[in-house]
Amino acid sequence: MGDVLSNLALGFGVVFNFVQWAPPFLGGMSIPIPVNILLCLIGALVGTLVGVLPGIGTIATVAMLLPITFGLPPVGALIMLAGIYYGAQYGGSTTSILVNIPGEAGSVVTALDGFQMAKQGRAGPALAIAAIGSFFAGCVATVLIALLGAPLTKIALAFGPAEYFSLMVLGLIFAVVLAKGSVLKAIAMIVLGLLLSMVGSDIETGASRMAFNIPELADGLGFATVAMGLFGFAEIIRNLDTGGESDRQLVQQKVTGLMPTKDDLKAAAPAVGRGTVLGSILGILPGGGAVIASFAAYTLEKKVSRTPQRFGRGAIEGVAAPESANNAAAQTSFIPLLTLGIPPNAVMALMVGAMTIHGIVPGPQVMQKQPELVWGMIASMWVGNLMLLVINLPLVGIWVRLLRVPYRLMFPSIVVFCSIGIYSVNNAPVDVILAGVFGLVGYWLIKHDFEPAPLLLGMVLGPLMEENLRRALLISRGDWSVFLTRPLSAVLLAIAAFLLVLAVLPTLRAKRDEVFVESEN
Amino acid sequence: MNWSGRSLAGGCFAVIAALGAWSGQGHAQQAYPTRNITMIVPFAAGGPTDVIARIVTGHMAQTLGQTIIIENVVGAGGTTASARAARATPDGYTLITGHMGTHAASVPLYPNLAYHPEKSFEPVALLAGTPILILARKDFPAKDLKEFIAYVKANESKVNAAHAGVGSVSHVSCQLLESILKIKPVSVPFNGTGPAMNALVAGQVDYMCDQIVNAVPQINGGTIKAYAVATPERNPSLPDVPTTKEAGLPEFQAQAWNAIFAPKGTPKEIIEKVNAAAAKALNDENVKKRLLELGSVIPAPADRTPEALGTLVKSEVAKWTPVLKPAN
Repeated sequence: MGDVLSNLALGFGVVFNFVQWAPPFLGGMSIPIPVNILLCLIGALVGTLVGVLPGIGTIATVAMLLPITFGLPPVGALIMLAGIYYGAQYGGSTTSILVNIPGEAGSVVTALDGFQMAKQGRAGPALAIAAIGSFFAGCVATVLIALLGAPLTKIALAFGPAEYFSLMVLGLIFAVVLAKGSVLKAIAMIVLGLLLSMVGSDIETGASRMAFNIPELADGLGFATVAMGLFGFAEIIRNLDTGGESDRQLVQQKVTGLMPTKDDLKAAAPAVGRGTVLGSILGILPGGGAVIASFAAYTLEKKVSRTPQRFGRGAIEGVAAPESANNAAAQTSFIPLLTLGIPPNAVMALMVGAMTIHGIVPGPQVMQKQPELVWGMIASMWVGNLMLLVINLPLVGIWVRLLRVPYRLMFPSIVVFCSIGIYSVNNAPVDVILAGVFGLVGYWLIKHDFEPAPLLLGMVLGPLMEENLRRALLISRGDWSVFLTRPLSAVLLAIAAFLLVLAVLPTLRAKRDEVFVESEN
Repeated sequence: MNWSGRSLAGGCFAVIAALGAWSGQGHAQQAYPTRNITMIVPFAAGGPTDVIARIVTGHMAQTLGQTIIIENVVGAGGTTASARAARATPDGYTLITGHMGTHAASVPLYPNLAYHPEKSFEPVALLAGTPILILARKDFPAKDLKEFIAYVKANESKVNAAHAGVGSVSHVSCQLLESILKIKPVSVPFNGTGPAMNALVAGQVDYMCDQIVNAVPQINGGTIKAYAVATPERNPSLPDVPTTKEAGLPEFQAQAWNAIFAPKGTPKEIIEKVNAAAAKALNDENVKKRLLELGSVIPAPADRTPEALGTLVKSEVAKWTPVLKPAN
């Protein structure tokens, strides 16, 4: 304990470090500048902006801003990049709630209830609870990293290909459970999502699959491309459709209260807690941790709720839980990087790049060799989370006012921002065209009561599932029993089977039909 | 379908060429370079190739007196970016930092490659190489390279090799090692060096070949072990790791070299000017220091000419083609 405290003191010392700045025009006088705090603030601001602008993902932003950080000291550079990363998780919920466009894979579920809340005039409380939940989760996860970072590393190492595959199966079952309409349609959407995820290159042979010789498809369909199309563009087409008009006016007129009420907070508090725990654990896993965390948190809330029929129609827990989970996961995903020196996802890999250019290659000894770096970063996360709360709560009012902008002005700007965002990911015009195509597909799906969320989950989890299945079978020499003989994997599969049985039980199906009928009214 | 696609591509080509000729006119009279130069890096910012390109071009920009803008174009193992660079106007304002994968191993790996390293590019300058190491999980039974070879030969059906994805440096260098040892272990593909290293540290796979940059901290931390470095000389960042020659496998020589290329048809004077700037950068003490910190090998002055790079590309294409062809 004493160690942790002295380490944290070191960390905060780094964060609150003042650098004497003596510009020549001051004639020898110097001003103390809290450089790292400023960098943290810049990171948080840029991250929020990136999260809010639909389409521009964290990876693209970090990649674009990485060269700027080459001129900074390594600690400052990493503090700023980390700020962008978790700042984007805060901001990502904004477009999900306001215009039903998830900016990040982690905020797909937030759109389910968040947008419904906005439609009911409760965009303010939804945005506020997302920010509060994220702040709480961020603080808890920071403490967790400081206290248990090293032992938790074992989780990351205990997960081999077989365990990942089973976790992905569980993730897909979540998608079935969370669907509010027909189970059959939800499964159809998941399968379609899995199919779309197959586009690209075969992992083992490198052969191109379903890419129709289009070089831009060689690396598969981008998440942003499909998400913008299915959610953003499809929603716009539906709104411009006859009948959408009155729906829009509803959103604009009924805005009530910016902050959550006491009842809202009471309903959301346990959801925030559960979301934080789930997110903290799943975030440590390299790969799709944050995405699964948000889906798992939503599913759990729906399962423990006494009124599951409210979910998908503006339940505040449905916003609070996944937002807390994805932010907790965003923070704990730093654990493998800080303790093992192994980047668990693409953004972290870019951060390793930032360290490499400064001559620091993180490894298992990074905590001993670079304590200022590691503890400075951990301390900065707490400072950054506080800043984000302070930035985001006042912004709620501005965002809600944005909803009052006439739709004829709003939709062209959404289309323009989405298109710029999609283009910026790969600098590929093909992606923008594809997003348009998926917009039409999405419109058809909405008209036929298919939900796009399970499709997106299938698409995100598909590659992880396929790759790990093949890795596991390669290592076991084709022996399928490996998924059951490895204890962790067996447990995960058992939970998945249990959830599936629950989902198809006749009693539950009756309930589901009831929900479905209700939502029709 | 095929026919119309080709004619469309041809059409685009003509338009691009025409545009190029038009934009090129204004600069023909002045000395190169008169405006910013774009350096395409076919990999993500922060990767080994990107880091090397940034260190060297930072110095080159001072010599040339113009800003060099790095453009990271990722996708399809760097071949998307290389195809784009091959189509660029050959005026010296679009250059690419290619590497062993994009400008040699890609030939056998991608049968429909939209460019050819020798026919579509002018070699400009070799920058730096990153040595390849033979690595294993920390509890792998073999003590040194000799035991390793004996072990993998005896247990060929049980051994698992990891690599960072088809076409990656770790993939092609493992293929080379396997063809030399005449073994066919199961090779498990991962998505990038990070996950592959994670699997090696966790002991889920047995061995892999990877670039020195990624491996040094893990080796020093004792989470994995290194048997040999596939270069003629030991690397200063890992003085205790023997070379493949010392350890008894001299045939295994592999380096992830990085070099600047220009689109075919770029004037000779421009290539010489860029080459001189690159050579000057490699002589700079600060550039040298930073490259060595990464574990890179800086080419000897004789290997820095465009002609030497041309020869290297030719020999590398010839080296990788038989190794990687059967894989497809």
